[in-house]
Amino acid sequence: MDEKLKAIYQCIVEGDNNGVQEHVRAALESGMDAGTILNEGLIAGMAEVGRLFEEGEYFVPEMLISARAMKSAMAILKPHLTSEQVGFAGRVAIGTVKGDLHDIGKNLVGLMLEGAGFQVIDLGSDVAPEKFVEAAKNNDVDIVAMSALLTTTMVNMKSTIAALEEAGVREKVKVMIGGAPVTEAYARQIGADGYAPDASRAVALAKSLLS
Amino acid sequence: MISSRFFDLLHSGKPVVLDGATGTNLQARGLPTGTPSDVWVLDNPAEVIRLHHDFITAGAEVILTNTFGSSRLHLAHAGLDARFEETNRTAVALARQAAAGSEVLVAGSLGPLGEMLEPAGTLSAETAAQVYAEQARLLAEAGVDLLVIETQFDLNEALAAVRGVKSVTDLPLVCSFSYDRGTRTMMGLRPAQAAQALAGAGLAAIGINCGRSLEDNRRALDELRAATDLPIWFKPNAGLPHSDAEGRMIYDVTPAMMGEQVAGWVAGGAVLVGGCCGTSPEHLRAIAEAVRKVA
Ligand code: B1M
Repeated sequence: MDEKLKAIYQCIVEGDNNGVQEHVRAALESGMDAGTILNEGLIAGMAEVGRLFEEGEYFVPEMLISARAMKSAMAILKPHLTSEQVGFAGRVAIGTVKGDLHDIGKNLVGLMLEGAGFQVIDLGSDVAPEKFVEAAKNNDVDIVAMSALLTTTMVNMKSTIAALEEAGVREKVKVMIGGAPVTEAYARQIGADGYAPDASRAVALAKSLLS
Repeated sequence: MISSRFFDLLHSGKPVVLDGATGTNLQARGLPTGTPSDVWVLDNPAEVIRLHHDFITAGAEVILTNTFGSSRLHLAHAGLDARFEETNRTAVALARQAAAGSEVLVAGSLGPLGEMLEPAGTLSAETAAQVYAEQARLLAEAGVDLLVIETQFDLNEALAAVRGVKSVTDLPLVCSFSYDRGTRTMMGLRPAQAAQALAGAGLAAIGINCGRSLEDNRRALDELRAATDLPIWFKPNAGLPHSDAEGRMIYDVTPAMMGEQVAGWVAGGAVLVGGCCGTSPEHLRAIAEAVRKVA
């Protein structure tokens, strides 16, 4: 791997916020392509963080620190991404459903979607169905994306879809869902258009929903 | 007003039987998924009393109030903060009513606030301590025999909780952690670290509850026993659940399977034993019977 990419990857894995910003700037100045920095540096680093979390080597604090580093690196990268080959892919309103405050996964999915050229409207966490409806109505949104981490809040995905239907906007948007307790079968059952098990597959799903 | 009844029970030389799950059992009795179980304290009190009663009949000597998510902050997340005082007082009254005429003790349950503390999150330790203090004062005034800070994962929150509770009451206090990443909490905390940090905090017992599988909880128990002289509170989940397509939690561990483990828990140093998520009254009966055999 290129030394510069390796340094960026390492900074994400270690959650080195200052380091990653420095290295991303340096890589851009050296003329490196922003898409490469994103995919082979940042996203690859975050995938490793996810693996370390699954393996029980990393815990929530490490995960949060890496996610913060990813976020500040993205802020530097974003202007370069949009001006380059990564064209406008669509508009996504994303949020964690009502009653649920888990936003680490949702934020990662949002960041990755931005990286892939989507314009992301972040509704935050504990988002009521009405708020999803409002976003779907007002912003020319293509996709409503919902995350849930609790078995007790998953049901609010279903109520949000019902609210979209009631407001007459369900047909205007695609609905995608994800989060640890969510499954493909659940997505089908509640009438969502798709489910993704992780952030990179969420990007692939969003693209395929709009193609 | 130190309740010596709890200390008498604790030092009787016999293991003490706690109760089982609140949420899972109320869901089995019709609480809709998505509704916090604390809501039934005011909305379906008869069922809450019945569950307490079923645990007592099954052999519980200590029952926990249905107030796990009834801190002002946690209720606010569900838009229910207006109920704060009434729900905590009523929950104690319901447990008392179920325990009436028996020797059963009532423990006030205090769960995590549902937000992350600094530096991982934005909640200050000071605010957290105040929120715990406020709920503990209500539960104490309403007449619980002891207080249990449970399912903790972040040492900062647990320390704030203990400090907050101690600032308002002298009731016996238990602090219990959920080691749901094997023998570490989700923040990475180990049993020995929790024991060390809380050694001088004046706890009546230190504990393990919820967590992951029975095997993982057993390993956490061994680590904790090696690190503390305090009595150990042990309330593991009825195994590791999986969810079905509807999002319902399914627990595969049967009452008999749970009962078989109990002698090992007691031998491993647990003094107060019960079960967390997935533990039905039938599971608890198996636990109580096993305790009677080892005692
Ligand atoms: C739209 O399309 C898509 C597509 C893909 C999508 C998607 C959307 N959203 C996610 N994905 C996917 O892509 C992401 C990246 O690959 C992935 O996202 P994930 O979110 O799955 O993964 C993240 C990158 C990393 N994972 C996480 O961030 C979750 C980690 C764990 C440890 C966790 C955390 C961090 C927290 N928690 Co909570 N927490 C746990 C979690 C246990 C665990 N070990 O997983 C879990 C989820 N929590 C749980 C519980 C019970 C709770 N938590 C609570 C609180 C918290 C904290 C606030 C302390 C904190 C959240 C901080 C925050 N700002 O997010 C409470 C609830 C608060 C609330 N109302 O929401 C509380 C109720 C605790 C309590 N007893 O009070 C359990 C849920 C049990 C259940 N099945 O219902 C839990 C499994 C822990 C456990 N073992 O018991 C994919 O799922």
